Order: sequence, then structure tokens, then C-alpha cells
Amino acid sequence: MSREYEMVIGLEVHVELATKTKIFCGCSTEFGGAPNTHTCPVCTGMPGSLPVLNKQVVEYAAAVGIATNCTINQHCKFDRKNYFYPDNPQDYQISQLYQPICVNGGVEIETEDGGKKTIGIHEIHMEEDAGKLIHDDMGDCSLVDFNRSGVPLIEIVSEPDMRNEKEVIAYLEKLRHIIQYLGASDCKLNEGSMRADVNLSVREKGSTEYGTRTEMKNLNSFKAIARAIENERNRQIDIIESGGKVVQETRRWDDTKEYSYSMRSKEDAQDYRYFPEPDLVPVVISDDWLEQIKENQPELRDEKMIRYKEEYDLPDYDIDIITSHKKLADIFEESVAMGGNPKKISNWLMVETMYLLKEKNMDIDDVSFSPKNLVKLIRLTDEKVINGTVAKKVFAEIFDRDVDPEVYIEENGLKMVSDTGELRSVVERIIAANPKSVEDINAGKLKAMGFLMGQTMREMKGKADPASVDALLKELLGL
Amino acid sequence: MANVITDEMIEYVGILAKLQLSDEEKEQAKKDMGSMLDYVDKLSELDTAGVEPMSHVFPVNNVFREDVITNSDKSGDMLANAPKEKNGSFVVPKTVE
Repeated sequence: MSREYEMVIGLEVHVELATKTKIFCGCSTEFGGAPNTHTCPVCTGMPGSLPVLNKQVVEYAAAVGIATNCTINQHCKFDRKNYFYPDNPQDYQISQLYQPICVNGGVEIETEDGGKKTIGIHEIHMEEDAGKLIHDDMGDCSLVDFNRSGVPLIEIVSEPDMRNEKEVIAYLEKLRHIIQYLGASDCKLNEGSMRADVNLSVREKGSTEYGTRTEMKNLNSFKAIARAIENERNRQIDIIESGGKVVQETRRWDDTKEYSYSMRSKEDAQDYRYFPEPDLVPVVISDDWLEQIKENQPELRDEKMIRYKEEYDLPDYDIDIITSHKKLADIFEESVAMGGNPKKISNWLMVETMYLLKEKNMDIDDVSFSPKNLVKLIRLTDEKVINGTVAKKVFAEIFDRDVDPEVYIEENGLKMVSDTGELRSVVERIIAANPKSVEDINAGKLKAMGFLMGQTMREMKGKADPASVDALLKELLGL
Repeated sequence: MANVITDEMIEYVGILAKLQLSDEEKEQAKKDMGSMLDYVDKLSELDTAGVEPMSHVFPVNNVFREDVITNSDKSGDMLANAPKEKNGSFVVPKTVE
């Protein structure tokens, strides 16, 4: 008789905040600088250096807390977490243990069966990131780049409320949308600005006790997370079924090998000896300050979805795609504000923009065209200055180089030919040059019409109005 | 001495602090740590009922920086502190997860 199991999953999500400077010093947080060019005595842990808290970090952390229904601890402080590792120059990480900034929150996710479920958030705390270690095979040593050391993070600790990988991904997507909309982070898993550690245990279905959990690290995509959860579930069930015991440990996922291995077991002394950080004074968030942060909260995705339905009457499918990324929603709203038709704007964003992003392997954040040019393009199409095929070509140029469609169309002679005299003579020529097609059409093979249409459009370099060509063909062929 | 540091404890503290102590040093450290703890125990003699837990020695809070970049590239100076440097990075013993 095989037993039925269920998973109990909780997440620790680290998010790099979108501040210009680090959490405790005035070094830039910019990604990708040459090694150690964004460092100073504070973030390289030089003796005698003193941290000073970046006010924006507190505001972002509180904003995320408010948006995830947390209680904001109006009196919070920092603590030292002590450990030795070469990416940690101070030999301690400044974090929050005893009084984190946000506690007792939760977000609602949609479950597979279309129902709703709340995933609790135990706490959100502020802390600093570590440096980056690069292994040097040549020198048989490791190299440390401290550019990332001191970059501000929030760690969002969920309750063990998730039961399968779909819920985990729905929760992560929810967090990502909220944080992106707040502008608190770009939340890119592949670049590490959002990192999720998965705490997972299994138990027999119906049991109310928790099994022994493991913590999985190094998950860089939603797909990796789903695979790692599936793999770890099976690993733990195999151990239990064969009479063994799951060991509480941290495991590292290798997504190319689809396999995880033990990093360190809790037995070898993860004793962090936390104590209050003496170099930082407490943070007191007054009622006024808290009120101000609340007032500055932008419209979040859930609210936007409702408003788009009411205000623009867009289909749910459109709304889902357009609000899936704040950048798209921003372009949409700016375009609508300039008088563009909401559904037409939506179409350009959902279809062509998404297509080009995929084609060019770009991220939505890289979109740089101005809404004004999109609105102009829609107007030019509405006014039949250009036809749909040309519009797509022009849009690709707008997408690439943000060209002004009016100027571009003029310079490249792309205006639709409305001179019926010119069009008529071209169609006549095409008919004369293709007697075989004409014969086919007369014999009832109307497919040949498409060929003549194509030939005409080619001759016209795509600038003819397809409806006019069709009408002329029919007229001249006597159909 | 009221606080006795056991051999196991001094061994454990040594591991956490990454220190290798000789037997002689261990004995000395046990004595020193014991008397330090005794000294701190003096605090327990005080009646602290009704005293708010203190989170910082100074009656100050909210010391902030604005989010403005003030530091430029000083990697040369930073790396001057490195025992060994390579490709603009600090060289450390091989560390693999």
C-alpha cells in the first residue's frame, strides 16, 4: 500500500533594492562595474570604518511591508550575524534578528483550481549583501570582488504555507509584481536581484506535524525552482520509504545536472552569535513618516487590473499581459493619455512588442521607445496613410531606434499609394504578364488571386492598400 | 570563580573564532573568560524591574544618509590593503561551495 505525501514549503526570498547607493556607504550599487571599483573602507570592512544607514532602504522595505499587509515595527534595529567567509569582509553581516522592520503579513495567490489562498509572511528584514567570489583555476586561489558587498537587501521570510511548486511560483510572481510596481527592485532571478531559498519537508497527507526540512539554494529561474522542488520531494520520500531519516541541512541545486548536493549540515555549528549592532542607532518610524510612505505607494497590479477593466473595457487576456510588467503598463497608460485607442495600443504591446522582445532576446525593461511614436503610428494607420504591413515594419524601427513614424515614412517613401490611376496601371501590367494565373482564375482556381495580389504588392513595394488591389483585380478580371 | 568554562566550551569557542590555542593558552583563556562572565554577572544583582530594555547606549535614533553617490573609484587604495591582489581583486585561499 503506497502512502500519500504532501509537501510543506516555506521560502526565504532575498531582493536587492533599487537604491543608487549601498545600504551603509555612498558607493554606487551599479551592476557590472570592474572588480572593486565600487568599494570604500565601509563595504570592505576596514577597521575603524562606520556604517551610516541609507534612508531610502528603510522607505523601500516599509513600502514592501505595507504592500504585503505586514505590520511595520515602528521601532526597529540592526544586529550582527557573525560568520567567517571570504565574501564577507567584516566577518559579520549587518542584518535584523530581534526587531525586523516588517512582521505578520501575507499575500493572496490564486491556486490551481482557481481558488484563493493566503501565503503568510513571517517577517521582512533589511540587511547587506556579500561580495562575489570567483574561482581562479590558474592560480589555485579565489578572487574577491566587493562591488556587491553592502548592496541593500530585504529578506522576505514566508510562513510554511505552500504545498506544491505551483503555489511557490504563484507566490514568487506575486511578490515580484508588487516589488516591481513599487519600484523597489527589478526582481530578476537570472541576475540575482531576486533569490529564493526553498525550505521543504514532506509528511504523510493528513498529518499535522512537520517533517524534517532541508533548505535549497542556488535557484536562478522559476523552472529551476520547480525542478528542484520536484527532485527534493522525491529524494525525501525515497529516504522515508526506505526507512531512513531526512537530515536537516542546506543543499545546493545544480540545474544542469538536475541534482542537489549537501553544502553543510546544521550539525557543524551554524552558530551566528547574533548581537545588537553597536555602530548603528535604532530606526524609529514616526506615524507621520509611515503615513507619508503609505501616501506615496503607487497603484499596484491588482488595483490596475480592476481599473483597466472598468475604464478601458479591455479583455482579461490583454489586462493580464499588459499589467504583467510595470514597464508595459506605464507605456500603455502614457499612450492612452495621449489619446490613443486603448485596445489598439494593447494590441501593439501584446503582439508586436512581445514578438520583437522574444526575437531579439530582450527584457521588457530594455524597451525604450516613446509612447508618442506608438500613438502616432496608430493614427497614421487609422488615417490609411500606411497599410498594416508597412505599419509593422515601421513599428520595428520605432522599437529599435524610437524613430518618428511620420518622418520615417516620409524619408523612406512608405506612404500608401492612393493614386488609383497608378495602381490600376500596375494591376493591368501584372494581369497581362501572368496569363496562366488568369486562366486558372477563369477555371475557378481562385488561389491564383493570391498570387496576383502578391505580385502587385511586390511591384508597389508593399505600399498599396490591399482592399483597393483586391477590388481592382476583381474589376479587371470581371469577377 | 562562579563561572566555569569547560574544556568543551573553550574548544567550541576556538572553532567559532578560528583560533588554534595551545593547552597552556586554553587554560589561560578559560580563566579569563570565567572572570569576564563573573564581572558581567554583577549586573544581575541590580533590580531591573520596570526598566525598558536598552537597544543602544546613546539616546539617539534615525541617523541616516540620503541615497546619493559620494564615493568614486578608489579601488587602488582599497586593494593596497590586500595581502595579495590579482586582476583588480583580493586574492584569498581557494574557496568553493
